Amino acid sequence: MTEAAAPVLAVAGLRKEFGELVAVDDVSFALPEAGSLAIVGESGSGKTTVAKMIVGLERPTKGTIVACGNDRSKPARSASDRRRRGREVQIVFQDPYTSLDPRQTVEATLDEILRLHHGWPKERRRERVRELTDLVGLDARQSRALPRGLSGGQRQRVAIARALAAEPRILILDESVAALDVSIQAQVLNLLADIRDETSVSFVLISHDLAVVRQLAEETIVMWRGRVVERGATGRVLDDPQDDYTKQLRASVPRPGWKPQRRSVVATEEA
Amino acid sequence: MSTTAAAVSADATPRRGAFSLLKATGPVGIGAAVVIALATLVAIFGPLLAPYDPTLSDLSLSWVAPTGGHLLGFDGQGRDLLSRLLVGARTSILGPLAVVILCMLAGTVLAVTAAWRRGAVDAAISSGLDIMFAFPGILLAVLAASVFGAGLLAAAVALAIAYTPYVARVLRGAALKERSQQYVAALEVQGVSARAICMQHLVPNMLPLIVAQSTILFGYAMVDLAAISFLGLGVQPPNPDWGVMISENQAGIVQGYPLSALLPGLCIVLVVVAFNVLGERLFEQAQKARQ
Amino acid sequence: MSASRPVAGAATTAGHRPNAALLQVERLTVRLPVEGAQREVLRDVSFDIRGGEALGLVGESGSGKSMTARAIDRLLPAGAEVDGSIRFDGGEVGSLTGGDLRRYRGLVAMIFQDPRAHVNPVRRIGDFMTEALRTNLDVPRSTAERRAVHMLAQVGIEDGERRLRQYPHELSGGLLQRVMIAAALLTEPRLLLADEPTTALDVTTQAEVMAILHDLRREFDLAMLFITHDLELAAAVCDRTVVMYAGQLVEMRSAARLHDDPLHPYTAALAAARPDIGQSARRLRAIPGRPLSAFEAPQGECAFAPRCPHAVDECRTGVPELVDLDGGRSRCVRASELRGRLGVAAGD
Repeated sequence: MTEAAAPVLAVAGLRKEFGELVAVDDVSFALPEAGSLAIVGESGSGKTTVAKMIVGLERPTKGTIVACGNDRSKPARSASDRRRRGREVQIVFQDPYTSLDPRQTVEATLDEILRLHHGWPKERRRERVRELTDLVGLDARQSRALPRGLSGGQRQRVAIARALAAEPRILILDESVAALDVSIQAQVLNLLADIRDETSVSFVLISHDLAVVRQLAEETIVMWRGRVVERGATGRVLDDPQDDYTKQLRASVPRPGWKPQRRSVVATEEA
Repeated sequence: MSTTAAAVSADATPRRGAFSLLKATGPVGIGAAVVIALATLVAIFGPLLAPYDPTLSDLSLSWVAPTGGHLLGFDGQGRDLLSRLLVGARTSILGPLAVVILCMLAGTVLAVTAAWRRGAVDAAISSGLDIMFAFPGILLAVLAASVFGAGLLAAAVALAIAYTPYVARVLRGAALKERSQQYVAALEVQGVSARAICMQHLVPNMLPLIVAQSTILFGYAMVDLAAISFLGLGVQPPNPDWGVMISENQAGIVQGYPLSALLPGLCIVLVVVAFNVLGERLFEQAQKARQ
Repeated sequence: MSASRPVAGAATTAGHRPNAALLQVERLTVRLPVEGAQREVLRDVSFDIRGGEALGLVGESGSGKSMTARAIDRLLPAGAEVDGSIRFDGGEVGSLTGGDLRRYRGLVAMIFQDPRAHVNPVRRIGDFMTEALRTNLDVPRSTAERRAVHMLAQVGIEDGERRLRQYPHELSGGLLQRVMIAAALLTEPRLLLADEPTTALDVTTQAEVMAILHDLRREFDLAMLFITHDLELAAAVCDRTVVMYAGQLVEMRSAARLHDDPLHPYTAALAAARPDIGQSARRLRAIPGRPLSAFEAPQGECAFAPRCPHAVDECRTGVPELVDLDGGRSRCVRASELRGRLGVAAGD
């Protein structure tokens, strides 16, 4: 990896404690401009907590987060500061059924974000709303609909459009396709690839699904119980894993001829 | 299961108008709405509609049954009953309205603040509410009367204070649930201010509950205020007020002239039931629409 | 394993013949009340499950896969209308009542995707696990608890006595799902209906749970209907796989051959739409449109035709029948013509 340009997102020594529990322990990584990084892990790995810290929904116990050259390790001080951070990093969540305000049409949802970030007149905003809905593949009827008139896949498209309305440099996808049907998932993955081509936004992909990671991410870090256990180019990490956990993860993916193995260690996990 | 429902409402267009929501409550709901509308009209135009001066008293006519131009007869003090009912509607309805507006405002602010800030702020507000729960409405009204003197305003404020913890408790649950939805997190990440999120998103999504609470509380407030006036601590005679009228004309019941005490009671019951029925059905419809 | 009590009306009484169909679903059609009207969610579904066999049921939203399991276990929502027949061990399931129905539920057990939604949070694990044994089979509590502890050990939970006294919220999702499996097996069922049992679990936990199911099935000669949206998972753990779309069965195939030699365009499209863990594609081959329920799909023609890359006029003239082909079945009029050209490796 060349150090030619500064990374658009740099995380160093990130740590999060919830009382006694250490959810994230000494996590560091860098995302290059227009790059794509996947954070792979299962429940309890801390990957979602890392995402929340980057967007400011959780506050790091220790460590630094620098996005677009600005430090965001501490909470934002002012309203304009918060808005600026919103224009740097955006997020698309997993659950399409709660990530939209049920009382707002798609157009109203997008318009609100445009009004927040840009002082544009009504006509310009309306035009931009149309551009965004076109970009994510929603037609006129869907744009005027309330969330309850849209399917899960369509709602995720709205969530993506809303995130893009802020014109962020970094887009975090927190298991954004996990709740979708396979055929819809493919459509949304293609959409995300197209968006990357058209806008050069950088992706951070949080996922437990290794095939999705292979499809979308160039670099991968693997998290287990709060720590990074492996990192590298996605192809290398998946084809030639070095860490035991990564190997186990890779071996657990169903494929023709796969015979599930019971672990020799008996389950002792607590809730 | 959600796919089937979503597919069928694929043509859901934005928020139905108030009228279609009302129509959906069925004939009973519409009937209740009509009663409330009439009561509101009377509350506003009562004095203009009253055929006679409600305070004009002629003791020689006390308890006289309906006759001539006096459709409902006279009360114990010889005053035209119909006129007193029409004019009394004003305080009987506007009084509870003031109570509801005050306690809903206070309760909503407290609930949303507690739910948004969570942690120590929530704990402090909840403890404060617990303390307020200890004061029943009527007792507070009596206290207010002894401090500020008897009158509608003191009674209404006292009741509003007494009702606030109930409102806040119910709304806090709804506010917490709404706050934990992912769209709120998405708006926070966008940089929308806490106040904007609460006022433009959180509270509007709690509207069905707020409306339902308001209508139920209106009923309670109406009865409580009538009771307070009945005790002589609220609206003062000779002002017509349905609660006061019941008190003044109690004697008539045992003497064989029940009309002047029963009719104001009937008015109270009618309006309270109408509010409860409508509120409940509106809530149901709003819940269904949210699916 | 004790001899199972026969279901009322069963043709056989002494055990089951090894390759006779244990469960026979024939022309099952189900209508549910949706927004006031009765709408079809399952249309003309027919398949068999033999004793000890694992049948995979694969589909997306609206395919009707969950409804099929519920119909078999008599768990359809109120107002459902059922046509067609479901026979277990020769006896008609739809007409069972009272004691017979309870015995049937002991023979056909079901586990769900989200165990927490199907367990009473204020009752201990032990209560919940032993309930069916105590109430339906009159087993004394101490015996029932001993069996529960033994079964927990079989699913990899060693400290069974302690677990019996715990509450559901004290266990993780994976652990609770194992408990559900153990509980389901306590009544010595002959058929297990598993509705996406591992979808909500981590992939490593999923592997563990699938291994447990595999071992237990072999030990208890248990048949399984395994419902999932994951084609690869079904292909790996089942003997045969059935693919459903818009409430209809569109393909039935031995699991090993489904992925490489599908007989229906939908199956092929589903397999092709999935990203490949071995390499990144420039673009995934997404299916245009979205999966439909039975009542949303166009009537009087192939339900998949609007989204099918191989559709021709003939596909829209009537609902295609299931045709037998090379040991499998396909609901495509062009099945034999497209044979060999639908595979993931082959192009369109």
